[in-house]
Amino acid sequence: MAVDTTTRTKLRWGLLDVIVVVFALVPVLWIASLSFKTPATLTDGRFWPREWTLDNYRSIFATDQFVRALVNSIGIALIATAIAVVLGAMAAYAISRLDFPGKRLLVGVSLLIAMFPQVSLVSPLFEIERQLGLFDTWPGLILPYITFALPLAIYTLSAFFKQIPWDLEKAAKMDGATQGQAFRRVIAPLAAPGLFTTAILVFIFCWNDFLFAITLTSTERARTVPVALSFFTGESQFEDPTGAICAAAVVITIPIILFVLFFQRRIVSGLTSGAVKG
Amino acid sequence: MSINVTPAGADVSAAAEHGTGRHAAVPAQRARRRAKTPLSENKKAERRLGWLLCAPAALVMVLVTAYPIVYSVWLSLQRFDLRFPDQREFVGLENYATVLTNEFWWTAFGVTMLITVVTVAVELVLGMGLALIMHRTLVGRGIVRTAALIPYGIVTVVAAFSWRYAWTPGTGYLANLFGDGAPLTERASSLAIIMLAEIWKTTPFMALLLMAGLALVPEDLLKAASTDGATAWQRFTKVMLPVMKPAILVALLFRTLDAFRVFDNIFVLTAGGNETSSVSMLAYNNLIRGLNLGIGSTMSVLIFLTVAIIAFVFVKLFGTAAPGSDDGERR
Repeated sequence: MAVDTTTRTKLRWGLLDVIVVVFALVPVLWIASLSFKTPATLTDGRFWPREWTLDNYRSIFATDQFVRALVNSIGIALIATAIAVVLGAMAAYAISRLDFPGKRLLVGVSLLIAMFPQVSLVSPLFEIERQLGLFDTWPGLILPYITFALPLAIYTLSAFFKQIPWDLEKAAKMDGATQGQAFRRVIAPLAAPGLFTTAILVFIFCWNDFLFAITLTSTERARTVPVALSFFTGESQFEDPTGAICAAAVVITIPIILFVLFFQRRIVSGLTSGAVKG
Repeated sequence: MSINVTPAGADVSAAAEHGTGRHAAVPAQRARRRAKTPLSENKKAERRLGWLLCAPAALVMVLVTAYPIVYSVWLSLQRFDLRFPDQREFVGLENYATVLTNEFWWTAFGVTMLITVVTVAVELVLGMGLALIMHRTLVGRGIVRTAALIPYGIVTVVAAFSWRYAWTPGTGYLANLFGDGAPLTERASSLAIIMLAEIWKTTPFMALLLMAGLALVPEDLLKAASTDGATAWQRFTKVMLPVMKPAILVALLFRTLDAFRVFDNIFVLTAGGNETSSVSMLAYNNLIRGLNLGIGSTMSVLIFLTVAIIAFVFVKLFGTAAPGSDDGERR
């Protein structure tokens, strides 16, 4: 009898699991499916392709438009992530370990920026970057990305830093290390997992951006993939770009899928730990 | 933009300061008192290091947001159309009068509000369900969590294209769900699809924030309630919800502000056609398509003010549980 109830409960949970998984995956599978369809079967309205082809992928990698955008996306996201994580780690270390006036102000400012409507910056940044010659360049996008990734980085890292055994730092200092050395030699290696998790979250944020990318770029020089997607027209103007758009969409979804598959635990803890252990 | 906030958002910062949880005010006072007496070399070095470490982050954040927003106010007071640069002049509040008496603005404002209210409400319910599943499921917890992270991580534009093609007549698997029409060419169905896309994308984030709150609910309390004969629903409303209240409010605040910025989905799904523009979409159109910096900036300022008001109302509702309610002020 007892066994029976647990089996039934398990079944019920299992059913709910299936609903969640299907709901989460269908749109992703659908765009992947479209990307493998041949032009002739693209509009058959079926969920799975009848004929499979890799032509869509071949065609996007043959165009400069997509390859340039991919390089821009990867380069900009990686640089912005690296800078945001370094700056965020410095600030988070100070916030979680040091006593100095102005600390709460910094925390308050990060919180305000997390809530800031990014579209409000679009007009002034457009004009300022035009005057400074930053418009349509990598730094022109990296700067706002760092800014809006910093609150995320600072919060996540502060939460991680609090779990580090700080006695080790004291020990290092007793052995004659300065505060700076204690940070670099002892704490930084211990903090590596937290830094890594934060880097993933920040990268996802930069990778995802559309608003800044579409307003602060105008050519292939700095245009990222999400924006290039919305400008795709196909190789000739008579060609339907659907297959190409879907293939490009799948390509930029791959890193996200890999992160999620391999680092699910880290991402979940990164997004919730700041929360619980506050 | 998303940030991991916590049921006790204020705590993160406070606890981050001294590791003393929410009683950070006490050390703060002590620090102030200490400031009057001469500081030891050690303390001075600590302060210098603290400032040094925070300076770059603070500088970037302030330079890229505070200066542009002030500049934006200045631009909004001018007639400034990049197509007619020599007609640039100071016009006071004329742009505000233009925007605030414009029906497109109010339509977009209504659309944005509608999307915000509906999606956040639906996400709260679905997110709570998903949080419960992710937190309590007996089987396949890893799989559910992994699957739920996919909408969170996926590029919004990619998801939007998926939804667009799903509803495109002839191509999509959903297109014929409600008869033969083209759902993305009619206003009501377009708005519904935009909201569906938003909800799909952001429910997992809501769920993760709520799950952080769920983790705070003591297992013993649930067991005790169960022993006392409380039904599952009673355990949920009488035990879980009260404990989770701060987490729920923070999740609501962040999702509301985020929902108000809706742009990507509308851009891809309808490009703002059939009166489905959000305020962000309208500001974008005035700036990039219309090259009208004056009007674009005016809209930017108005959106900023609206978001500030929403945040203020939430903070008032929260009382002290609000993130930043005591962080925001200068010390």
